[in-house]
Amino acid sequence: MGKLSVNLCGIKLDNPVIPASGTFGYGYEFAELYDINCLGTFSFKGTTRDPRFGNPTPRIAECTAGMINAVGLQNPGVDKVIGEELPKLKQCFHKPVMANVSGFSVEDYAYTCEKLDKEEQVGWLEVNVSCPNVHGGGMSFGTDPKAAAEVTRAVKAVTTKPVIVKLSPNVTDIVTIAQACADAGADGISLINTLLGMRIDLRTRKPIIANTMGGFSGPAIFPVALRMVYQVAKAVDIPVVGMGGVSTAEDVIEMMLAGATAVEVGAANLVDPYASKKIVEDLPAVIERYGIKNLSEIIGGVKHG
Amino acid sequence: MGGTPAPDENMKDSVFSIVENKRIAKNVYQMVLEGDVSAVRNPGEFINIKLDGFYLRRPISVYDLSDDTVTIIYKVVGKGTAAMSSMAVGETLQVLTGLGNGYDLSLSGDRPLLIGGGVGVPPMYLLAKRLIAQGKSVSVILGFNTADEVFGEEEFKAIGCDVTVTTVDGSRGVKGFVTDAMPTDYTYFYTCGPEPMLKAVYRATNTSGQFSFEERMGCGFGACMGCSCKTVTGYKRICKDGPVLKKEEILWES
Repeated sequence: MGKLSVNLCGIKLDNPVIPASGTFGYGYEFAELYDINCLGTFSFKGTTRDPRFGNPTPRIAECTAGMINAVGLQNPGVDKVIGEELPKLKQCFHKPVMANVSGFSVEDYAYTCEKLDKEEQVGWLEVNVSCPNVHGGGMSFGTDPKAAAEVTRAVKAVTTKPVIVKLSPNVTDIVTIAQACADAGADGISLINTLLGMRIDLRTRKPIIANTMGGFSGPAIFPVALRMVYQVAKAVDIPVVGMGGVSTAEDVIEMMLAGATAVEVGAANLVDPYASKKIVEDLPAVIERYGIKNLSEIIGGVKHG
Repeated sequence: MGGTPAPDENMKDSVFSIVENKRIAKNVYQMVLEGDVSAVRNPGEFINIKLDGFYLRRPISVYDLSDDTVTIIYKVVGKGTAAMSSMAVGETLQVLTGLGNGYDLSLSGDRPLLIGGGVGVPPMYLLAKRLIAQGKSVSVILGFNTADEVFGEEEFKAIGCDVTVTTVDGSRGVKGFVTDAMPTDYTYFYTCGPEPMLKAVYRATNTSGQFSFEERMGCGFGACMGCSCKTVTGYKRICKDGPVLKKEEILWES
């Protein structure tokens, strides 16, 4: 075990750095720039049962220290993901990959997960019950503990791979929802998805995002994400994957001290395509600076008093 | 890295230094950036510039190219481009290069028509240069609102283009829109400009052609799906599969 390695739901990661779903495609755009095998793993673009175009454009708005997106789960559908994208992904990435799944009904989630379960390279299923950009699905499952548990149970029934449920921060009490997923058999929890946000164009007085609202991400949300990771990690005894505004190796360590076993990097990949690689490269020096021998020993190590 | 394109097809992220940054028309600036331009291939491509204090990069089309410089022309439309306009020679910028598909020159025929509107004019310049180098007879229509916005007329003439300038208010050149100055005899067309102009060009042209589109982008290199559009041949990302679409592919949304 190297100094950076961690164990995520029974699968060893060389390091805890995981590009987040929707910011890394299926990997090959980034493989143009660097060998993406330096990453712990990555979570590929959110996949649904049927192909989706997503929302009308503009889908992107810039914010101070962040951005809003309202892509709306554009993806070619699970059959094409398996038939076309995963073979390409396999060419440039040789580790277990995290499959990110979304749906509009419990049956959708189970259908898509059952198909992806058969893919050898899929290491984990990250079940997104938190997309803020689709109506009648996504986030609605992640705002109700019963619905989140129901999705979790349905997915667990069709796969033997670890199931990580990705939660929305757009709730009153994220801990209750995390506990409901854990009780329903989730192997891990990842959080946070984006915060629902909005911008208005002063010239036109219209929302910049065609869909009016979208998901806010970037460094501005890091403190909110860290707080929620801390709360959830204390409340559940399954691994937590922390994300939300992570941009540096220091952010990764902070997330892990708050209780994260691994850390996803999202928006940072879009403004600096080398962001995740740089974090991996910076980690050895940064852990040395803070007197950390092995990264895995600091998980949940935040001190009080 | 099997399965990925050959190295010279790849984008590049590197540091460029500003060797020129000057105002050339009302709210319009020309910036010459020196650095590794090896990833820039085709006219119609764009570069994506990181600015201190702004989260997302600014995608701007390539105007001209030399062995070690890339030139862009940009309009000040917000805080980011305003900050760019006040940058001094010698300052450096982090720039992603080699983005977008660019124009396909092989379809031009002998007498291509190039139509640029406002800040849609710049990509026409490198395109015209390349077409003229191939021995084509290039006509250019440059459309603006008013005389004080006009740029590029002399530069296009200097490389041997037949140039027509239009202004909406008639303060320079032909009064009206680019479509009021359309010649009848051309083999193919290339265009870039605001969407209403592109729609008008789509209707006014009688040959096939290529259109370059703008959209708010997240990453600029195909990862985020922020700038997708529907086409006859399926969903395309303006940043990666575009920004240039062929006339036959286009589905106007409204």
